[in-house]
Amino acid sequence: MLGPNGAGKTTSISLMLGLRQPTAGQARLFGLPPTDRRARSRCGVMLQESGTTSVLTVREIVDVFRAYYPAPLPLERAIAMAGLTEQAAARIGTLSGGQRQRLYFALAICGDPDVLFLDEPTVGMDVEARRAFTASIQTLSGAGKTIVFTTHYLREAEELARRIIVIDRGAVIADASPQELKGRVPGKKMTLVAGRPFAPADLDGLPARVLTMSGERASLLSNEPAAVLRELFRRGVDVVDLEVTGADLEEAFLALTRRAEGAS
Amino acid sequence: MTGAGTAVAPLGRMLLTQTWSELRIRWRIPAFSVTIVALPVLFFTFFGLPYAKQTLPNGMSLGAYLVASFAAYSVGSVMVFGFGIGVAVERGQKVDLLMRATPLPPVIAILAKVLNALFYALLSLVILIVYAVVVGGIRQDLTVWLDMIARLLAGSVPFIGLGFSIGYLCGPNVAPAVANLVYLPLTFASGLFMPLSQLPGFVRVIAPYLPAYHYGQLGWSALGANTEPLPVSLAWLAGYTLLFLLIAIRAYRKEESRKFG
Repeated sequence: MLGPNGAGKTTSISLMLGLRQPTAGQARLFGLPPTDRRARSRCGVMLQESGTTSVLTVREIVDVFRAYYPAPLPLERAIAMAGLTEQAAARIGTLSGGQRQRLYFALAICGDPDVLFLDEPTVGMDVEARRAFTASIQTLSGAGKTIVFTTHYLREAEELARRIIVIDRGAVIADASPQELKGRVPGKKMTLVAGRPFAPADLDGLPARVLTMSGERASLLSNEPAAVLRELFRRGVDVVDLEVTGADLEEAFLALTRRAEGAS
Repeated sequence: MTGAGTAVAPLGRMLLTQTWSELRIRWRIPAFSVTIVALPVLFFTFFGLPYAKQTLPNGMSLGAYLVASFAAYSVGSVMVFGFGIGVAVERGQKVDLLMRATPLPPVIAILAKVLNALFYALLSLVILIVYAVVVGGIRQDLTVWLDMIARLLAGSVPFIGLGFSIGYLCGPNVAPAVANLVYLPLTFASGLFMPLSQLPGFVRVIAPYLPAYHYGQLGWSALGANTEPLPVSLAWLAGYTLLFLLIAIRAYRKEESRKFG
């Protein structure tokens, strides 16, 4: 689940887990209300901003959480999958931010759940932790587990997900495979300076989305900057300066949001 | 989905594991464990030991009477401080957030806390009584001590309610101060630190309306030294239990709707 901050990602996860009640409609997990213990016994959860006691050790708290589930993973395996073997005997209070995030991951997987809900799991992780996390996700996915996670990093969603649901301001904007989505989201931002002021007709019908246009300057979003340039030259627009950069996420979201509004 | 797909973990094992983890958590917070064990003994040393060998007008040992007083103080403090500060701190650390998403039923989580509190209450009672017997030379039949322990543990429910109320109404930084401000004057005005006959007149007027006064009666009744009929005290304690639980549930619900509404 991909979306900018405040899009409603955490709220969606909370609804799926029965932590919040929907004002309309209903959430079901395995055909059960999400608060049902049978449903919860098949879920592993990693929440943002949740906490845990600081005085138990990593091994102790993972063992406590294992007791909540009917068929948990072996203790040391759960700890190893989260990359915490070296910290197993350490008190939780002594862990770094990234290690703490790994601990929450260990608590999420220790029950050997069928579905994992991870809300912004990589926030606070260092590069190494992120790599270990990616590997664990792929292992779990390979073992047939369903993994639902939220992120506001397009690249992370691309890398890990088979299906991406983009949401903004509480509404689903797109629901597609990463490849499909990539085709829909303009990947490049072009900033152009022409030899004369742009006329609106210059930029009509280009395989691009116009962001700004004033005087000799224009900025566009496109997946095919080369085709845009060819077409401009063909129309006799004299491009004197050009910059092509990767579109940042906000611009990509903006494009998707506008498209959704335009289609409706 | 049926069969293995709908399996849940056994509740007994959950309760056992949860209680054991709570016991370890409390034990590793010296502010709790040391205070719970040391304060009643310390207070008894100052307020009880000097009178250990005296007798009340009815011929009863004043020392034993004061052991019962501080025993009541002690159990009440485990409940009020253990639950009050414990719940407030857990809310501050947002432990409740993650726990709510696990299959652990809230009833089991609360039951584990109650068992944990009863254990520490028992521990503090045993230490206080052994101290009173060994250092103060205060003698009673073992059955009398056991009766006192049983009455105090069984009657501690209103203070669990008071603790929960404080824990849900106060933040982690405020809870210790509030717990002290509520509990110390309450127990003092209820004649747990020194017999009511030694306290100012207005305190004697207020005391019969306070929960700690009637809770003290439970301890004193094990010695036959209660000044109120036992059914009356039990009725007062039941009333206060209801009141505190209502406050606690209200505060809990309010927070629920704020956090998860």
